[in-house]
Amino acid sequence: MSQPQDVLTVKNLRVNFHTYAGDVKALDGVEFTVRKGEVLGLVGESGSGKSVTALTIEGLLPQNAEVLSGEVMLDGADLLKLKGSQLMTERLTGIAMVFQDPTTYLNPVLTVGSQITEILASAPKLFTKELISSRLDDLKKMEADKSALSPELQKEKGQLEALPADAKLSKREFNRLAKYYALDILHQVRLPEPERIFKSYPFELSGGMKQRAMIAMALARRPKLLLADEITTALDVTVQAQILKLLQLLKEEIDTSVILITHDLAVVAEVCDRVAVMYAGNIVELADVEELFKNPLHPYTQGLLASIPRPDATKLELTSIKGSVPNLISPPTGCRFHPRCPKAFDRCSKEKPPLVEFSPGHFVECFLYGG
Amino acid sequence: MEDKDYLLQTDDLFKWFPIKGGVLGRTVGRVRAVDGVSLGVERGETLGVVGESGCGKTTLSRTVLRLTEPSRGKIIFDGVDISRLKGGKLKPFRRRMQMVFQDPYASLDPRQSVRSALMEPLHIHHLGTSQADRRRTVEKLIETVGLNPDHLSRFPHEFSGGQRQRIAVARALTVNPEFLVLDEPTSSLDVSVQAQILNLLKQLQAEFALTYMFVSHNLAVVRQMCHRTAVMYLGRVVELAPTEQLFRNPKHPYTKALLASVPLPDPSKRTQLAVLEGDVPSPVNIPPGCRFKSRCGYSTDKCAAVFPPFVEIEDGHFVECLYDIDFTTGAKVEVPLPESR
Repeated sequence: MSQPQDVLTVKNLRVNFHTYAGDVKALDGVEFTVRKGEVLGLVGESGSGKSVTALTIEGLLPQNAEVLSGEVMLDGADLLKLKGSQLMTERLTGIAMVFQDPTTYLNPVLTVGSQITEILASAPKLFTKELISSRLDDLKKMEADKSALSPELQKEKGQLEALPADAKLSKREFNRLAKYYALDILHQVRLPEPERIFKSYPFELSGGMKQRAMIAMALARRPKLLLADEITTALDVTVQAQILKLLQLLKEEIDTSVILITHDLAVVAEVCDRVAVMYAGNIVELADVEELFKNPLHPYTQGLLASIPRPDATKLELTSIKGSVPNLISPPTGCRFHPRCPKAFDRCSKEKPPLVEFSPGHFVECFLYGG
Repeated sequence: MEDKDYLLQTDDLFKWFPIKGGVLGRTVGRVRAVDGVSLGVERGETLGVVGESGCGKTTLSRTVLRLTEPSRGKIIFDGVDISRLKGGKLKPFRRRMQMVFQDPYASLDPRQSVRSALMEPLHIHHLGTSQADRRRTVEKLIETVGLNPDHLSRFPHEFSGGQRQRIAVARALTVNPEFLVLDEPTSSLDVSVQAQILNLLKQLQAEFALTYMFVSHNLAVVRQMCHRTAVMYLGRVVELAPTEQLFRNPKHPYTKALLASVPLPDPSKRTQLAVLEGDVPSPVNIPPGCRFKSRCGYSTDKCAAVFPPFVEIEDGHFVECLYDIDFTTGAKVEVPLPESR
């Protein structure tokens, strides 16, 4: 399944949570890959393990969680095995995460600008090169626009160009460049008046603007992988549309891979390239987005698609999946979906079906399709 | 508008919340949450109320039920103005109108068994001839909503979100009401469970001849559930029409934008999402004229000067806009202003 253009490969990931009531078997052999530059949707109902998957990748699992097996390979390094400063570096430059509720994750007593530059200043060595080249690009663009730079800018350009690749900047110089860099990023996430936003505190911004600021903070590190966990769930439809549009634009501008976690299939249809459907700690189906919506194979995916009310159609009765998501302390044996599955047969309750490639690129975990 | 059989009607209803400030706690401003709403809910229909957060849809539903006091205007329930009724005079109406709240985790008392939660309204309204009779009522009801009598002795934490919402629906139905306000009844539920609850609500409406006011921000759900739909923006209803007509042929630029910003669960229809720029203005300082003009692509100078009328442009289709806009060509015709009322 692993290919050279893959940024992230997750293999056989099993995670348990220890609780007083017993062990919650949250992930049960999760496997997928994320290709370079793609948006992978991770969909499922609450309790299906989407957020646990994200937290495991980022290494943010709480104390009572235990990773039983599996590996998370980001560009050849197993994140689960890294420790200390190596892990810190990998987290700073490798992965960034954007959460559901920006109000909770932004620091209310720091300005947006200082929250962006703070990340950069925490590891000056990693970001110096990026800051210099970004400022030089700006200056070159200004030169191209206006044909000539003012003497001061000309001088600055000369100085920056003369710097060696591994230059060490003074704190003051670093901060000055970091500010220009942060303004660029704020501009890139289409925030109006970046200068004003830079100096604003989170309470001065609307929900949509805060979420843009969160995305800016994540992108500032130029991560290889961006984890977006329910980023539009707390927003109104009109603001959600703005953020989805932004994601579509950013996808073309930068080559970061994105894992978009959501329970909303319409959001998936709008921005994702491939989709992984999760149910009770398993990925039950993985396919290209067009293929999945046109030709869903797993009975759970079929049920899920049939149960969404559509704004563009009237239907008298919605089909629903009977029952509810199982308790993962004592999950059903065999296929975890079999108690709710309309097509279940004997074998389903006895063995766990393997993830098979039914047609090229279309994986499904169900005995109906072999295995 | 008067000849229809309305179970509930509001006439120019206002609800303003004062903002206290300063050392003396004087009123320094007002949040105009509901700002002049005239609506009617016909007997047996489901009226949808949609809008973004902060548009006043929840305040409207609470005010209609007299859970908050209206600042001004009338609420007419079955021909009686209940907006100023108090105590014993209001109580019979309380029985006839009930509410199902958004979050069944918050709306059920964790220390009360399901049986006790369902019997309480019967006691309050002195319904049923004996305790045994009340028990029978409750047992029958719990089966109606798709649970079984064994569940009655359990406590809310033993149920899933969908089951809790069924209990909340059952509790609203114990006193045999005619009118139910459903405030985002499925927005805290998963999609597969949401479909179960929506189907249940439809089935109950047919069985008990209920009238619903369905408050939601989810347009897809509203389209499935409602006969007529009202779109709210900044405390006012800007468009009201039969649901199908509203979705096929929206007339207000806000409705148009709202519909266009809903993503479809279909990757082949991944077109450019129409994006409405900017944010909703604060309901404290509402600008004069049309409230949508700052975000509207069709606004003119007149929109800032003249308050748009709420006119019926087609049969049963009301719009609060100065212009009749053709969204495909962008052409707009001024709507004739009615005599001032």
